[in-house]
Amino acid sequence: MELSGHLLSILVFFPAFGAVALLFLRSDDNLWIRRLTFVVSVVEFLFSLILLRVVAVGVPGYALTEYKSWIASPPINYHMGVDGISMFLVILTTLLTPICVLASWKGVHHRIKEFHVMLLLLEVGIIGVFLALDLFLFFLFWEVMLIPMAFLIGIWGHERRIYAAVKFFIYTMFGSAFMLVGILWLYNKTGTFDLPAILLTLQDPKYHLPPGTEMLLFLSFFVAFAIKVPLFPLHTWLPDAHVEAPTAGSIILAGVLLKMGTYGMIRFCLPLFPEASHRAAPVVAVLAIIGIIYGALVALVQPNLKKLVAYSSVSHLGFVVLGIFTFQTISMQGAVYQMLAHGISTGALFFLVGMLYDRRHTFEISEYGGLATRMPKYAAFFLFVALSSMGLPMLNGFVGEYLILLGTYQVRWGWASWAATGVILSACYLLWAYQRVFFGEVTHAKNRDLPDIDAREKWGLIVFAVITLWMGIGSPYFTRRVAAPVNAVIEQTKSRYAEEASKPATMPQPAAVTTEAQQDSLTRTVSR
Amino acid sequence: MIRVLPEIIWCGFGVLLMLLQPFLKNRQGLTLFAMVGAAAGTLSTYFGQMGSGFFGLIEFDTYSLFFHWLVGLVAFLVILASDSYLERENLAPAEFYALILFATAGMGVLASAQELLTAFIGLEMSSISSYVLAGYRRDAVKSSESAVKYFLLGSFATAFFLYGIALVYGASGSTNLAQIASADPASNLLRLGLTLILVGLGFKVAAAPFQVWTPDVYEGAPTPVTALFAAGPKAATFALLLRIFTTIHAATDFWFWAFWILAVVTMFVGNLGALVQTNVKRMLAYSSIAHAGYTLVAFAAVTTMKLDPETGAAPAYAAVLFYLLGYSLVKVGAFTIVSEIGGQGERYLTLDDFAGLGTRQPFAAAAMSLFLLSLLGLPITAGFFGKFYVFKAAINSKLIWLAVLMAVNSVIGAYYYLRVIVVMYMREHKGDVPAEAATSLSPTAAMVVVVAALATLYLGLLPNHILGIVLSQNLILSAR
Repeated sequence: MELSGHLLSILVFFPAFGAVALLFLRSDDNLWIRRLTFVVSVVEFLFSLILLRVVAVGVPGYALTEYKSWIASPPINYHMGVDGISMFLVILTTLLTPICVLASWKGVHHRIKEFHVMLLLLEVGIIGVFLALDLFLFFLFWEVMLIPMAFLIGIWGHERRIYAAVKFFIYTMFGSAFMLVGILWLYNKTGTFDLPAILLTLQDPKYHLPPGTEMLLFLSFFVAFAIKVPLFPLHTWLPDAHVEAPTAGSIILAGVLLKMGTYGMIRFCLPLFPEASHRAAPVVAVLAIIGIIYGALVALVQPNLKKLVAYSSVSHLGFVVLGIFTFQTISMQGAVYQMLAHGISTGALFFLVGMLYDRRHTFEISEYGGLATRMPKYAAFFLFVALSSMGLPMLNGFVGEYLILLGTYQVRWGWASWAATGVILSACYLLWAYQRVFFGEVTHAKNRDLPDIDAREKWGLIVFAVITLWMGIGSPYFTRRVAAPVNAVIEQTKSRYAEEASKPATMPQPAAVTTEAQQDSLTRTVSR
Repeated sequence: MIRVLPEIIWCGFGVLLMLLQPFLKNRQGLTLFAMVGAAAGTLSTYFGQMGSGFFGLIEFDTYSLFFHWLVGLVAFLVILASDSYLERENLAPAEFYALILFATAGMGVLASAQELLTAFIGLEMSSISSYVLAGYRRDAVKSSESAVKYFLLGSFATAFFLYGIALVYGASGSTNLAQIASADPASNLLRLGLTLILVGLGFKVAAAPFQVWTPDVYEGAPTPVTALFAAGPKAATFALLLRIFTTIHAATDFWFWAFWILAVVTMFVGNLGALVQTNVKRMLAYSSIAHAGYTLVAFAAVTTMKLDPETGAAPAYAAVLFYLLGYSLVKVGAFTIVSEIGGQGERYLTLDDFAGLGTRQPFAAAAMSLFLLSLLGLPITAGFFGKFYVFKAAINSKLIWLAVLMAVNSVIGAYYYLRVIVVMYMREHKGDVPAEAATSLSPTAAMVVVVAALATLYLGLLPNHILGIVLSQNLILSAR
């Protein structure tokens, strides 16, 4: 099929064309700017749904690879591919982008054209990160994505936006500068930037990385990803960025950007450096657990509603990292599922908090109270989303955390029991916040005549609610599709680790194969 | 003669410009004439033949061809950018252009010199023209200060260079690079001489600890001249430095550590200095120190790679050349914008004056952001590939620590480059914007900016062609 041959490129670059098209609109033609962006992002979403049909269930390896040589020396290739993990993350991105357009319909008042151009460019960068299979290409998208995000925070954010934007930028730059060194070091060892080819090469005992080198390389990647996640104690940029970003920025940031870190760990850290991953796992897991509890405790005492949601992200993402670094199929499936669930529920929470800000221009919990009587529909949606976020069975938050805890329990029950306190704490902070905002008497005069949600907001929320419910009930739909690639990652992580323990047996694989014809079979072999 | 055709044309046009001045009162005419001169000199390389000339004093090879193109292009752009500046500051154009062309001729000599005294002549040609250009805004105190500082410290550095040549001659009995190369490499006299040469050239490229003059001179000089300083002479001196230290194999280990330390100190001095600047022009001056440091990282890689029989130093060479090309064009573009924003008498150069530029002058702000992001080394710009290649060269040579230190530095750099972008887009201008600072770029400056911006994107997105040139075997000097 002609289309599917270039579907991945279309997915990456279609928003960029949308952004260029926006430039031709008059900059004061706000309505059409918003409409065009919305249409572009919805079409993009529909494109991404094709992936669900194309990526076969239960088959590991990459579907729909695209391969084209780009730079001759060193050999850098435009190599893209999609598997069960990246497919869902791409769909999550394309789903959240139109919702971001809806969320900023009233919240963004100046430089509207630039805002939407940045939003679409951000989408380009994020989708590129999820689809790139060439380390160089991955790094390129990873860096390119920084600029629109920093602009979104810095121009359309709240009071301390500039501080937050610069902090976000510098933190990420810090991680990625070392990742670049790591990527080049790896290239120097293996002679290619192509992920499947590197994996093949590293299987060869001749190209075995010495433990010290492997650990350094692992760290160079891991730190960049851990900053993005963010893993305690590298999380300090997150509350600032989240709170100061405009609603759309927060939705994208919490919904997808953080997942770039955990995705990177699954896609790169584990398969590339299995031994180092196993050695680092205890430390990483403990940090993740500290993050879970710390994030929840800080969220508990937040007087600022948006900051509360931001710290809850630190807590929830701790679960994801824990799930990844226990190397169990169940917990890693749970981690991928939790990435999606968190994207939906936290995206929805930020959407809701943003609506409140549009009406009252404050995030302070103490400014609210008794809203349930004034805005009943809003309160109902908020409760629904909060319940899903705290992990109520039948809703999406439950499945991920449950699977992660189940998998972790098999490795070390102590970790699981500590992490489980995070589930309890999340109920505490969300319900307490809910009580303070929605119940009781209306104490502030301004809150008396707040309008309830309008049609635009309602449809955005309905989309969130339907997906939340569907993910909770129909979770096998997701876990089945995620299972094969997760198993592949676990196998890659395990096999070399096991070999090292026993003895480097026969490893007949040849090094770096890069011709286009062989590429498909190559990617299949690698993931098996 | 034909081996120095570009230099002859540049000098010839310089002289003609001075002769024409009494007859041709029209500034634009002179600009056009000077641009034709710069272009003619550059294009004349097509007729040049490869090979050595003047009994081996000059070697016109692909390597020097590359640098002739580089300095010729820089001169062309600088002349174009100067047009509106000279009009605004009411300065005489003819001598200005003539000096630029003389300086360019000097740089051309530097790039193809095969013999130290010839190199010295090239260095002096470009330096003396530079001293005058730095002080061209005679009525401005800062400009005069700049010229005096540059002259005094510059002559001091030249003395080092010359003394170095004398010692090398004493040790080897020749000033010809090829013959020096065959001298006893363990000789302390030779090493001392080469060290002094390194000090002299280190001064010219603004490598720490010989960088003290840079911020003041760059800040005081007329901004188009600063653009020239940051791009042309620097690239040409790096060309000479590379030629000397790769032709003369003497004690490669020794030079490795010299370049290693120079690189680290230069990067840190440049970046930390730039962090605290509030004047954009001065900040860019410090940034060019930092970038000299990045280039020196590739030098350290050259010295170690030469020991590797398999790859040779080719990747490191490519890194130096590609880096210098991208960096020069970006710096010319950035300084051109600074020159236009500066207004009459260069009064509006602080960060506060750049506030709100994103709304006042979207084009200038967007281009400036592109240049700053390129200096920062973000993908799809020339700067990224430059940085990438330097990293790659360093890691190929197993200089992991040097690469890590460079990574740390690029993060420090991110802060101050980003600050300018933040100010341009995220802050409003305090108080009223002065009328003359509100006008958009002049057409000539806009042309320069467009060319530089397109080149930045071209090198960042489709670097294959240029990489093919810089990676071609002819460029590699160590083979000889």
